[in-house]
Amino acid sequence: MGRKLLIHNDKVPNIHTLEVYRAHGGYASVEKALKTMTPDQVTDEVKKSGLRGRGGAGFPTGLKWSFLAKPEGVPRYLVCNADESEPGTFKDRYLMEHIPHALIEGMITSSYALGAKTSYIYIRGEYFYVARIVENAIREAYAAGLLGENILGTNFSHDCYVQVGGGAYICGEETALLESLEGKRGNPRIKPPFPAVAGLWGCPTVVNNVETIAAVCPIVNMGGDEYAKIGVGKSTGTKLISASGHINKPGVYEIELGITVEDFIYSEEYCGGIRNGKKLKAVVAGGSSVPILPAELILKTAKGEPRLMTYESLSDGGFQTGTMLGSGGFIAMDEDTSIVKNLFTFARFYHHESCGQCSPCREGTGWMEKILKKFLNGTANESDVELLWDIQSKIEGKTICPLGEAAAWPVAAAIRHFKQEFLDIAKSKKFIDVSHYNRLNKITA
Amino acid sequence: MGSQVHGTQEFNKSKRAEIKFSEEAMAIVKGIVSHYPEGKQKSALLPVLHVAQAEFGGWLSPEVMDYVAEVLKIKPIEVFEVASFYTMYNLKPVGKCVLEVCQTSSCWLNGAEDIVKYIEKKLNIKVGETTKDGMFTLKTAECLGSCGTAPMLQCGASYHENLTYAKVDTILETYKAEGKLRSYTDLDYKNTL
Amino acid sequence: MKVTIDGIEIDVPKGTTILQAARMIGPEVAPPTMCYYTKLKTSGGYCRTCIVKVTKGSTQNPNPMPKPVASCRTEVMDGMEVQNITSPEILEARKGVVEFLLINHPLDCPVCDQAGECKLQDLGYEHGSAKTRYEFKRREYDMIDIGDKIKLHMTRCILCYRCVKTCEQITDGRVHGVVHRGDAAEISTYIAKAIDNEFSGNVIDVCPVGALTDKTFRFKQRVWFTKPVDAHRSCTKCSGKTRVWLKGDEVLRVTARKDQWDEVEEFICNSCRYDHKQVSDWVIEGPSKISRQSVISQNHYEHLNELKLQVLKQQKALGFMPLDKRP
Repeated sequence: MGRKLLIHNDKVPNIHTLEVYRAHGGYASVEKALKTMTPDQVTDEVKKSGLRGRGGAGFPTGLKWSFLAKPEGVPRYLVCNADESEPGTFKDRYLMEHIPHALIEGMITSSYALGAKTSYIYIRGEYFYVARIVENAIREAYAAGLLGENILGTNFSHDCYVQVGGGAYICGEETALLESLEGKRGNPRIKPPFPAVAGLWGCPTVVNNVETIAAVCPIVNMGGDEYAKIGVGKSTGTKLISASGHINKPGVYEIELGITVEDFIYSEEYCGGIRNGKKLKAVVAGGSSVPILPAELILKTAKGEPRLMTYESLSDGGFQTGTMLGSGGFIAMDEDTSIVKNLFTFARFYHHESCGQCSPCREGTGWMEKILKKFLNGTANESDVELLWDIQSKIEGKTICPLGEAAAWPVAAAIRHFKQEFLDIAKSKKFIDVSHYNRLNKITA
Repeated sequence: MGSQVHGTQEFNKSKRAEIKFSEEAMAIVKGIVSHYPEGKQKSALLPVLHVAQAEFGGWLSPEVMDYVAEVLKIKPIEVFEVASFYTMYNLKPVGKCVLEVCQTSSCWLNGAEDIVKYIEKKLNIKVGETTKDGMFTLKTAECLGSCGTAPMLQCGASYHENLTYAKVDTILETYKAEGKLRSYTDLDYKNTL
Repeated sequence: MKVTIDGIEIDVPKGTTILQAARMIGPEVAPPTMCYYTKLKTSGGYCRTCIVKVTKGSTQNPNPMPKPVASCRTEVMDGMEVQNITSPEILEARKGVVEFLLINHPLDCPVCDQAGECKLQDLGYEHGSAKTRYEFKRREYDMIDIGDKIKLHMTRCILCYRCVKTCEQITDGRVHGVVHRGDAAEISTYIAKAIDNEFSGNVIDVCPVGALTDKTFRFKQRVWFTKPVDAHRSCTKCSGKTRVWLKGDEVLRVTARKDQWDEVEEFICNSCRYDHKQVSDWVIEGPSKISRQSVISQNHYEHLNELKLQVLKQQKALGFMPLDKRP
């Protein structure tokens, strides 16, 4: 069994309440940080831990914190990105729903390190019921003196609020999130300036993912060095993986970074193998944006080494033969799955979610969806594959925010690894949805 | 394309005059506004629009948006810009229960398409339409973060997961029997249904 | 700060953007712009036509920037090296942007009042392809009036945000904005409101395409058959310095004066724009300076000498021999 630091108590009855959470060691990091450490010491531990942003980009959290501008007399903010919307990802929801105090504890400890007197947890609007759970937990924390004035009798005071969104994937991009938090359209800002200098209402702001903030608690408790011992190389600690698709046991798993992909898919501890005795065809390993890989490349790198669940191993081989850990949204597809149709659902998604600010994404995402629709209608030509390739290449890297890449990469990867499937449909003028029967079986059971 | 409300929305002054948050809703709105520094009350716009949508029949009419602008001391266009950007705000009337079936990747892999078709047939409406009795509106949605429990649908605050035809039957029957407006802000979410 | 653009070095003050630096060098290396507007704060960054490649970040950090950047929103660093027209990659990317801007454009130039002074037309001509690869139905909207003087033809809009920023920054209350999202995003007023205040007409001048047109000028005349002159009058609301577009003795329209980059020099009030359509209302200063490339220049021969020189230069470069020197 791998070590668990974030959701080890998820099955404890009533762990969502403050009483039970504290009885199981909760809020120890707040006690430790506020009473025995300076804010800089907390930041140092986070730096030493090697923790990387768990939202998808994998940027070193300690480094991000150290960029925070600290001008005199200007408030600083910590904003938690709980706008989890990357297809395939549902780990933050799990954490907030089951152990909301783990997030609030992290918010307090992190805010102490950053010198933030106020923090906001921006939760996607669709997770309204989750926001209720987090709000209740915040109320409990206020009542127990863990939030508000002079927390635990120290000089540190802090207020934490929940803000719900209105339904927009783009608000997971940190500057779009800040715009949304200011009551505006979720249009990503043009950077620089970065939020660390001018974020919420123009004030220095750190935006971190739910899991990142929750991970600060075990880091403070065990020390950054100890945390860094878990994992492989620059992929330290544990990571929540959202597993879905054609696996026997979908759900959220906390893994030590460094286990093999094969172990993750096939062992009973995790996904338990592919459903109905089918063979694995392909995997989207880190949320819809990351390149899809065929089974042979997800299990082993091009060099023939076992692929590990780490930032580095998953990206080994670049985009030619590798992918990314991303948000940890792990979607496995069995041998009957149509890669083209799955790609269509992604393309439709990005078209739907494009904010419309910059032209390549606004116009390109819809165009790609329309072309992919032709494949499903059986009206596509072989030249449409080339056209798709060209369009994605003209979106990638040309947009204000990473949604451009997120929309382009899945298309590029599907064509790179499964071009024949596209060509077969174009040649036969027929799309056969082989897996339809399996799907129907599941919902009529 | 062309929008549903391109410049030609009707604005009814007498309807507008009748719109007012209940005391209870106003208290919630004030609570939300208090989360932000002085002068930053525009930040409350998204959550306040949710309160308004629940309060005024499940959708945001031009009159309601105008009222929200007044409450938050911002310009009506600022409300319209925001309300039309986010998918959770309805700018047209909807049924009491809006069923939003997720259709992205994992949900597709697990049968979302057939769930949509099943509901269409059962309610005798197409996606985007409302039943004649005003009870249900059917929509498709993009990833709702329920991939491990796919397929799923959202109705108001409730997440209905691991859907089967049988489960859909129960959900529809229960909501119909209740006959009440379902909102994202509901406290009595029915995830276990 | 020293910055090198397409091999040409220039010294610029701190805070200068790559686009401004390129414009200082000259039109040959200045990237095209569709949404950036010098007079409007926070404009630019949306259309992506002005993207350039930064091959060297600065003397201090010589690493290249990983992705193309919007030159209008990126400040230069000392020692920065930039490629615009010397980068085939950028020219290809720009071609892509132009294609994206055109796939849903109606291409109704023959009946569009902006024709002849349309930035998208110029851009398409310089960077576009001769044929479209888009085979689907184009986006369409109904035309609407936003006020009695302005026609909004949303189908032509490229969402540059200039008109929104204009109303935000030079008028006392914005009533229109960008609503909906993605490729359904559109310029709209709240309800059927008119954009109605003393400076609202400026949205027509800042619009790079024919999305916002002057209803008092619509279908009156092709711009290239009109003669623009710089004129002024005494006005209490604005500087009164305008450009008056004449056909014979008839004032067909009044606009703000524009500079070399086709940007308004000074915003003008609606009274100057709409209410003074008599030649006698104006003190005519003389023909407006119009760039030689513009179709409008055909009515102006004051650049004839310059034109002759250019022709001679080109002929020389091509090895032509002047007539009188021929054996």
